[in-house]
Amino acid sequence: MTVSPAVPKSWYLPSKPHKFCPGCGHGIVLKALGEVIDELNIQDKTIFGCDIGCSLLSWNFFNCDSTQTHHGRTTPVMVGIKRSRPELVTIGYMGDGGGYSIGSQHLLNAAVRNEKVTLILVNNTNYGMTGGQMAPTTLPGQKTETTPYGRDTDVTGYPTKGPEFLNALTQDDAYIARATVSNYRQLKRFIKNALRNQIEGHGFSFVEVLSTCPTNWRTNAQQTLHFLEDEMEKYFPVGELKNPLGKGDK
Amino acid sequence: MQATIGESKKAFMTGNEIVTWAALAAGAEVMFGYPITPQNEVMHYWTRLAPKYGREFLQTEDEISAGFTVCGAVQAGKKAFTATAGPGNVLMQEPFGMAEAMRLPLVAIIQQRGGPSSGTVVYSQQEVTLTTFGGNGEGNRMVYSTATHQEIFDYVIKGFNVAWKYRFPTFILGDGYQAKMREPLTIYEPQDRGIEMVSPYPLIGKAGSIGVDREAEHLCNIYSLEEELYDVVLQHAEDYERIAPEIIEYEEKECEDADILIISHGVVSRAADDAVKALRAQGIKAGYFRPITLRPFPQQQLRDAIAKSGAKKMLVAESAYGQLYRLIRQEIYGETIPIEGLFMPGVGIIDYDIMNKVKSIL
Ligand SMILES: Cc1ncc(C[n+]2csc(CCOP(=O)(O)OP(=O)(O)O)c2C)c(N)n1
Ligand code: SF4
Ligand SMILES: [Mg+2]
Repeated sequence: MTVSPAVPKSWYLPSKPHKFCPGCGHGIVLKALGEVIDELNIQDKTIFGCDIGCSLLSWNFFNCDSTQTHHGRTTPVMVGIKRSRPELVTIGYMGDGGGYSIGSQHLLNAAVRNEKVTLILVNNTNYGMTGGQMAPTTLPGQKTETTPYGRDTDVTGYPTKGPEFLNALTQDDAYIARATVSNYRQLKRFIKNALRNQIEGHGFSFVEVLSTCPTNWRTNAQQTLHFLEDEMEKYFPVGELKNPLGKGDK
Repeated sequence: MQATIGESKKAFMTGNEIVTWAALAAGAEVMFGYPITPQNEVMHYWTRLAPKYGREFLQTEDEISAGFTVCGAVQAGKKAFTATAGPGNVLMQEPFGMAEAMRLPLVAIIQQRGGPSSGTVVYSQQEVTLTTFGGNGEGNRMVYSTATHQEIFDYVIKGFNVAWKYRFPTFILGDGYQAKMREPLTIYEPQDRGIEMVSPYPLIGKAGSIGVDREAEHLCNIYSLEEELYDVVLQHAEDYERIAPEIIEYEEKECEDADILIISHGVVSRAADDAVKALRAQGIKAGYFRPITLRPFPQQQLRDAIAKSGAKKMLVAESAYGQLYRLIRQEIYGETIPIEGLFMPGVGIIDYDIMNKVKSIL
């Protein structure tokens, strides 16, 4: 029996402890990603790209070649890299504001073109880095700095359901899933499937991860978990929407 | 890389077609682009020719994406470029800024069209300020303003070399006239002229095992501390200023005894050249000065021309409302020679326009 190391080999240790707030979901996503990079043995050929948003705090998180882009622009940078060097494994890491708002045209067009990149989008229902404004994913009625009386869907519409719209845009060779940091094993499996989908040359792969932002939600530990599991997971169904690898997990 | 041109030969082509042949000859491996007039035919020729030489193309969803995919491709070690104009140049300022910040050897061909806004699809010189100093940075860019089709060919090739040698984003600034008109020129393989092409290399995705053969690369353009950014920007400024003398190019004629210096750039300088000859034939001592690089600007060379000529006036002629004029004024700050402007935004300038203006101000 082997004991798995506490810290993924692909983590860059000089940048630890990481800089996310206590209770933030980003660290969980990146731990799962690190373990998957180790298990797939792709550290040397991974290009990790991060957006602007709290995701940027991961610019030197991995002991992998990394590049940091602009708000919303990680997708086209990853596309440029992958098209140039198909043998590399490209992982774009972004927030819900970066992916679904300012960079939405890149996201949907990358999906339509079936770009062979893996994108991981952290849905924390707000713009974390800029201090808690409304995001495309803010829940109806949810209070943020720019919806102080709660998100009014008459004024701002309903939350973006990214995996659902990407599912509608893509063909069978794309991988589309929504995971949650409350289910680590499933999260890791989805990320692994997404990366395998790229490595095996099928096509576009996307995982939205429901995540926590206690700082901007202004929640304690219990309230944080409650919001994630009872509010977010109810609105945003967790599961694989499309899995060309065949082992479905709906 | 496969030869594209073969034997040096005469050609009669549009500027956009020349851009494509020059990019092929320079070893460009991939173009990312989004349709906009008057640069469209760069993509049209590229998409026809590129597959024959194993080169790639992607039509992106917009110019923001075209610029950022180029940023990604050059980081991955490919000679990549884009071409745009007008509102597309506006959108590309964001990726151009990233290329400045991260010293990415991005190459862009700008075929200026009328502005502001959608303007016209025809012609102008109104993207000088945007191309030289666009974005939220310090203008650490190389900008070549071409005047002839031969120059388009020569400077596109040179642009790739400068970009990869010095690692500052590099622009070939043309315009709708140059893009669309045909003109004779000679096309050639760079090596046949003794031009050694700088090989691209990856900034990320390098060979070797991390921790064994090499360390991981962590590239970034945002910093936690004011001082960190300060150091980076100062380093870039220092590098830029150090190499500027190697980059600067200009053209000067008949300045020694000139009473009036006519300054212009790009295609307008052809009218200025004709005007200087015609004025001299009429006994008016006119001189011609043309910055080929708008960034870095040949400011010392222009100061020298002013000094040696002892000219009484300077005329700046441009198809914009004072963009070159403002650039010159900032570059030769302290000179006392009066500067007049012939500003014809978005329309062509011919020798008569310049001659009439000269006569009205002398
Ligand atoms: C063009 C541009 N507009 C705005 C910003 C400011 N900005 C930085 S991060 C951010 C929001 C990030 O939110 P999200 O993408 O959801 O990531 P999170 O911080 O929540 O993880 C914004 C608007 C920027 N950096 N660039
Ligand atoms: S602001 Fe929110 S998303 Fe950002 S690090 Fe803190 S908890 Fe995480
Ligand atoms: Mg967010």
